[in-house]
Amino acid sequence: MAEITLEKVVKKYGAVGVVHGIDLSIAHQEFVVLVGPSGCGKSTTLRMIAGLEDITGGLVKIGGQVVNDLPPRKRNISMVFQNYALYPHMNVRDNLGFGLKIAGQSAPEIAKRVAEAADILGLAPLLDRTPAELSGGQRQRVAMGRAIVRNPDAFLFDEPLSNLDAKLRGQMRAEIKKLHQKVKTTVVYVTHDQVEAMTLADRIVVMKDGHIEQVGTPMEVFNHPLSTFVATFIGSPPMNLLPGLIEGSTVRLADGTGVPVPDRLKQFVRDGMAVQLGIRPDDISPVGHGLSQDGPGAEVALTVDLAEPLGMESLIYTRLAGQEVQAKLYGPRIVQPGEVLTFRLALDRAHLFDAATGKSVRAQ
Amino acid sequence: MIRALTTRRTEMAPFLLLLPAIATMLFVVALPLVFSLWTSLTPYKLTKPDTLYDFIWFRNYIRIFADWDFWEAFLRTIAFLTVAINLEFALGLGIALLINKITWGQRGLRTIMMFPMMFSPILVGFQFKFLFNDHIGVVNNALQSLGLTDQAIPWLVDANLAMFSITLAEVWMSTSVFAILLLAGLFAMPRDPLEAARVDGCNPWQVFRHITLPFLMPFAYIAMAIRSLDVARAYDLVAVMTDGGPAGRTELLWTLIARTGYDEAKMGQANAMAYISTILSVLFTWHFYRKLVAARRYMGGAE
Repeated sequence: MAEITLEKVVKKYGAVGVVHGIDLSIAHQEFVVLVGPSGCGKSTTLRMIAGLEDITGGLVKIGGQVVNDLPPRKRNISMVFQNYALYPHMNVRDNLGFGLKIAGQSAPEIAKRVAEAADILGLAPLLDRTPAELSGGQRQRVAMGRAIVRNPDAFLFDEPLSNLDAKLRGQMRAEIKKLHQKVKTTVVYVTHDQVEAMTLADRIVVMKDGHIEQVGTPMEVFNHPLSTFVATFIGSPPMNLLPGLIEGSTVRLADGTGVPVPDRLKQFVRDGMAVQLGIRPDDISPVGHGLSQDGPGAEVALTVDLAEPLGMESLIYTRLAGQEVQAKLYGPRIVQPGEVLTFRLALDRAHLFDAATGKSVRAQ
Repeated sequence: MIRALTTRRTEMAPFLLLLPAIATMLFVVALPLVFSLWTSLTPYKLTKPDTLYDFIWFRNYIRIFADWDFWEAFLRTIAFLTVAINLEFALGLGIALLINKITWGQRGLRTIMMFPMMFSPILVGFQFKFLFNDHIGVVNNALQSLGLTDQAIPWLVDANLAMFSITLAEVWMSTSVFAILLLAGLFAMPRDPLEAARVDGCNPWQVFRHITLPFLMPFAYIAMAIRSLDVARAYDLVAVMTDGGPAGRTELLWTLIARTGYDEAKMGQANAMAYISTILSVLFTWHFYRKLVAARRYMGGAE
């Protein structure tokens, strides 16, 4: 059993705080992704779990045991680094077996486990090469192999795919997911890429400036973002945010356009409240080219400023309430700039955030 | 006809331009080399120039191979090389690792560390000769004042102690060559593999042994290749401190060669020894160079 628990974990470099007391508990065999922009403290948090950074305050527990003062080698974890961190002077076989050798395993046992890991990751033909003779994707696989041979309590991934090109990144993402299905182990995975977070995670932890903004399953985080930060960070292209005022059961946007407050949010708003209306591009579509045509909605005529055709869909830039918004057109129809189309806003999936705090009105 | 001449001239141009360099090389390097090879096959004496034309085949070589004094100097040179280079490597590595840890004043220390390299070996020799002098030397004086001994230790007179003193002087002078190259290696070392090794279960010693040291070895081999050429021609230190004495017990190849060639005027025989010494140096350098190439093969992946 290896659940990982963080209690009020703080990291400071001198007077500068990087992580400000975060609480998080990760269940046994759970795949948790820490996601956030550069400098949000996600990598530092991971390195504190690994033992590569001192913990300034709070407790880190692995499998119920406080590991604050244990060196990395006594935590029984494996880590995959962004730059692969392979041992350049060893061939692939020795790279994979190094941890076992240090642990004092017998040669036949090492050979057996290296062969197993090589098999899982398709490294068998590469075992006698040195890292210099491998491509980026192969190096990444070796780094993962090195992590799994040791049968650790937890895998830690530190932006493992960010040095790969887009196509390879997609492939490796799928391989990591498959790997986790095969080797059921607790995983903590750090990335700044929200696509990786959405596709890999059992639970996503969105971080910002050393704080946790939201924790939840990918769909929870996507469908019910608790702040404008999460709303714009998760999902691509980002959610549109339109400032407005609550007038009864209407959201009055900057140019006077009125949009009805979605029923499910009515209980959370009060008259005169300054809000931001959040609506994803997927939920603004020309009538007949949207995801869903029923449910509550509002229709407005908008002028297309720019269209980016993507094959079966197009991304449309237009202006709503004096502000640029992105919309999606589903289907192969080609749209020209200057065209005026009637767009339907799917309000059942719209969000309202308190303009003052940036928090979802539901969270008040 | 004219065209053919012009083409020919164009083809000749690179060689014409290189001619001064080629001529200089021939005159400065090739000619003395061939001349000394020739003299090593004659009983050439500086005092009797006519002996230069008396060709005696390999008699000089046969004579020195049968000469126990030569073999002693030969083996002592190899032992001296081995001991000095290994000591310098070990000490240089220690210094480099310590300086690498320092955060404040590192630049200053780096410069101070290189001071010994600024002195002429002759001066270093004189200085250590003074330090180790059995009557007025600082070392004996200090040992006696501290009450560690009441005798005058004959540092440069006793055969073993004399060799020790020379080695110490050599190590003092040149450890910084290793230190500076290994420090450069440490600066270039990627941090990730070190962290990966820590997570993989290594204690600090194992990280050093399995990751840091292999990474530094190419740098060490560069230093060793440079130093093996240096030490193999170490003449000045020995000449100043003991001049090969007492009774030839600190005789290295080059002091023996100089004595044979200049004091005993047997230039032919001295050149024969010099050729063997040169081959020895080349072998050492070649050995380290090969290790360097082998160690560098994987460095492409060290990012």
